[in-house]
Amino acid sequence: MAAVLTTRVPASSRSLDWIRRNPTIVIGSAILGLFVAVALLAPWIAGDPLSFDPLNRLKRPSSEFWFGTDQFGRDVFSRVVHGTRISLIVGVSVAVVATAIGLIAGVLCGYYRRIDDIVMRVMDGLMAIPAILLAIALITLMKASLLIVIIAISIPEIPRVVRLVRSVVLSVRGLPYIEAAVASGTRSRLIMIRHILPSTVAPLIVQSTYVCASAILIEAGLSFLGAGTPPEIPSWGNVISLGRAFFQISPWIIFFPGLMLAIAVLAINLVGDGLRDSLDPRIARRM
Amino acid sequence: MSSVASDPEVVLSVRDLRTQFLTRDGAVRAVDGLSFDVKRGETLCIVGESGCGKSVTALSIMRLIPESAGRTISGSVQLEGTELTSLSERQMRAIRGNRISMIFQEPMTSLNPVLTVGAQIAESLRIHQQLHRRAAWARAVEMLAMVHIADPARRAAEHPRQLSGGMRQRVMIAIALACNPQVLIADEPTTALDVTIQAQILNLMLELKERLGTAIVLITHDLGVVAETAQRAIVMYAGRKVEEAPVAELFRNPLHPYTRGLINSIPRRTAAGRRTNIRGRLQEIAGMVPSLREEIVGCAFAPRCGYALERCKRERPGLDSHGPAHLAACWEAARLPGAAR
Repeated sequence: MAAVLTTRVPASSRSLDWIRRNPTIVIGSAILGLFVAVALLAPWIAGDPLSFDPLNRLKRPSSEFWFGTDQFGRDVFSRVVHGTRISLIVGVSVAVVATAIGLIAGVLCGYYRRIDDIVMRVMDGLMAIPAILLAIALITLMKASLLIVIIAISIPEIPRVVRLVRSVVLSVRGLPYIEAAVASGTRSRLIMIRHILPSTVAPLIVQSTYVCASAILIEAGLSFLGAGTPPEIPSWGNVISLGRAFFQISPWIIFFPGLMLAIAVLAINLVGDGLRDSLDPRIARRM
Repeated sequence: MSSVASDPEVVLSVRDLRTQFLTRDGAVRAVDGLSFDVKRGETLCIVGESGCGKSVTALSIMRLIPESAGRTISGSVQLEGTELTSLSERQMRAIRGNRISMIFQEPMTSLNPVLTVGAQIAESLRIHQQLHRRAAWARAVEMLAMVHIADPARRAAEHPRQLSGGMRQRVMIAIALACNPQVLIADEPTTALDVTIQAQILNLMLELKERLGTAIVLITHDLGVVAETAQRAIVMYAGRKVEEAPVAELFRNPLHPYTRGLINSIPRRTAAGRRTNIRGRLQEIAGMVPSLREEIVGCAFAPRCGYALERCKRERPGLDSHGPAHLAACWEAARLPGAAR
């Protein structure tokens, strides 16, 4: 019987099929892969993003300077390439930090109702403040550095993760197999790790891509406002911020980093949407 | 009563168990002063309609009712002399699944869908018997063989969705019995299964009971199950015990009108093979289970009882002895006209 029912499909046609069914994941990951490669290979692809060249100030894009130069004669291409590193580091770090803290807090909140009351009120408070304002406030309290920027962006992202995880835990906690696990003498910690955690993985992966995209945007916004990464670090936001004054005579200084920012965020969101559709078909249909 | 508690044959002794839930509309007395004993290796059935407190009794014994502001549990539950109600949560965890375990009504959802069934049986062994991974897995495969699952080594590595409902309930039994508990509480273990599988599961439970010497508390609403499996039965109504008797005695000479009603509502075959009873129509017990929110004055069954007198509505009858090991809570029990049929 089993031999009749399981017909072997060649591996190649199966992966083609998968690509056809999940085009957004494939396109998004391809673009994202390109950005990651650029970030890793930045020193070999582009020259020094900081070296001044007074003779070549505000040059148009050319074969020598692909993205032109800024008011100090710095190569915009080189700055954008190095900025990719900063943006990806910030995006990934914030996604990891916010997801990890959010996961722990969310599981505890969903499982222990007493913790829930306290933590969720704090989260409500955090959510009431716009992310950028909260991040600016946190950064002004401390000395500007990449680490501080990551922490400052992570904190406003945590409540969204906590809410998501908590809702999943609440729905799983009432299921009979959790009660059965309790009835067989399993400790709470083991129940949380072995029986509840696996259910949160799928929605969490999806949410963390959105957190990553929004972190990159917030970082750029903070740098643009002058409250983010220190100006000597060439992040996309910093490049755009410095190019703003020369927007009308040399628009390429802000055009290229802006374009990269848009493409990167789009790619991450494509991956996130694709994952959501393939990991949870029910949610996909509802949305 | 105290002499009964010290009987070495008694493994589980429940005394005056009361479980209440405070709601906005008042206190719900889900279990109201229930007492019973379970002897070593015995099968005791708890019978009653939906909402009469059977499941709450089981969960109260296991201390599985979540703590909340409105919940109160009082009384005494002793497992081989250990008072369960006064244990810390940590001590209680060491007993659950180890010395007293429970199986639930829904085999479809009582297993974790993301873990293999072998891992779920092994989990209990690793917790309570400190077995290592390999040893626990080997024992899990043995347990699957014991509950008559064919090809246990392969089945152990499968996920619950790959098993049928009957097989899942077998896995639940394997989990419950893995640590060889003294008492197994089975809360409607066959209700969600189809009839042929029901009989298989009941036979399996009885077979394992004989082999392991586990006492079984079987909660059911099905008197057919009671007749086939139990030595003694307790009939519950509105959170109280209304009758307790050895099973043969209960069917031959039911004393409480509620028990009679239950027995009369079983479809029977006559000699002609037609499903019918004496009146040709299946009898029902008129009316509804009373709301447990209000204080019940007098006998809780009086509003539905054909024999009820003025006294039944004013005073609550106590449990009186009517012959060996036969208790009934009815004022009129002694005077009722003969046996049910």
